[in-house]
Amino acid sequence: MDLVNRMNLEFLSKSQNESFARVAVSAFITQADPTLEVITDIKTAVSEAVTNSIIHGYDGCEGTIRINAELYQDRVIIEVIDNGNGIEDIEKAMQPLYTSRPELERSGMGFTVMQTFMDEVNVTSAFQQGTCVVMIKYFDEEKGRGK
Amino acid sequence: MKVQTKRIRDALLVSITGELDHHSAEYVREKIDNIIEDPSVTYIVFNLRGMTFMDSSGIGVFLGRYRILHKRHGNILVADVNSSVDKILKLSGLYRILKKFDSVEEALSDVQGGVR
Repeated sequence: MDLVNRMNLEFLSKSQNESFARVAVSAFITQADPTLEVITDIKTAVSEAVTNSIIHGYDGCEGTIRINAELYQDRVIIEVIDNGNGIEDIEKAMQPLYTSRPELERSGMGFTVMQTFMDEVNVTSAFQQGTCVVMIKYFDEEKGRGK
Repeated sequence: MKVQTKRIRDALLVSITGELDHHSAEYVREKIDNIIEDPSVTYIVFNLRGMTFMDSSGIGVFLGRYRILHKRHGNILVADVNSSVDKILKLSGLYRILKKFDSVEEALSDVQGGVR
């Protein structure tokens, strides 16, 4: 299917930018006229991925987070990329309720939220080589369920 | 994001307006924890009417406060939850340990009525 639109965003790994990232992605997808529920689902998933990059990827240090979004007629593909610590064991990291930072009161639900609110989530990462989270949301609920 | 607190006997009413994410969670946590250092606070009623967004950082805030109050045989209650916040609360399983009410009045009534 033909690409309708694309955007690339880059910002510092400051927690103030979590809200900015949500708003920027929502603003970008508005042109697809998604339902409020779809917008909220995407905002929440983006928030989780960006927060992961800030807390786990950069662990309080300053780094750059990139968001790339590609809009198609029936879906949006969103990538959240950092050049931080990377994930040694992706399967373990994606287990519901698992967190490597319980002292920060992290619920360990970030990936579960992404997987529930988006239709597809793929994570590419390696120790000290950064992380790329690619998420897809179909605008038509039926299509999303049929994955 | 704004947080207002009000002490009502052994309960603390916490009204959150705006977005609860990792950035704002720290402030919410500190504000509440300063008050619940007082061991006579055994319940927190969260008024979420004005909460426009929450991600799993908010789950962490609720869970952390629950752990503190649970040691005092207390609990947390949430009121006036919108559908998207409800969705993430359901996903987290938190409804197994905290109670949800349609309104703050009902939640406070539950606390004061002695029915936990």
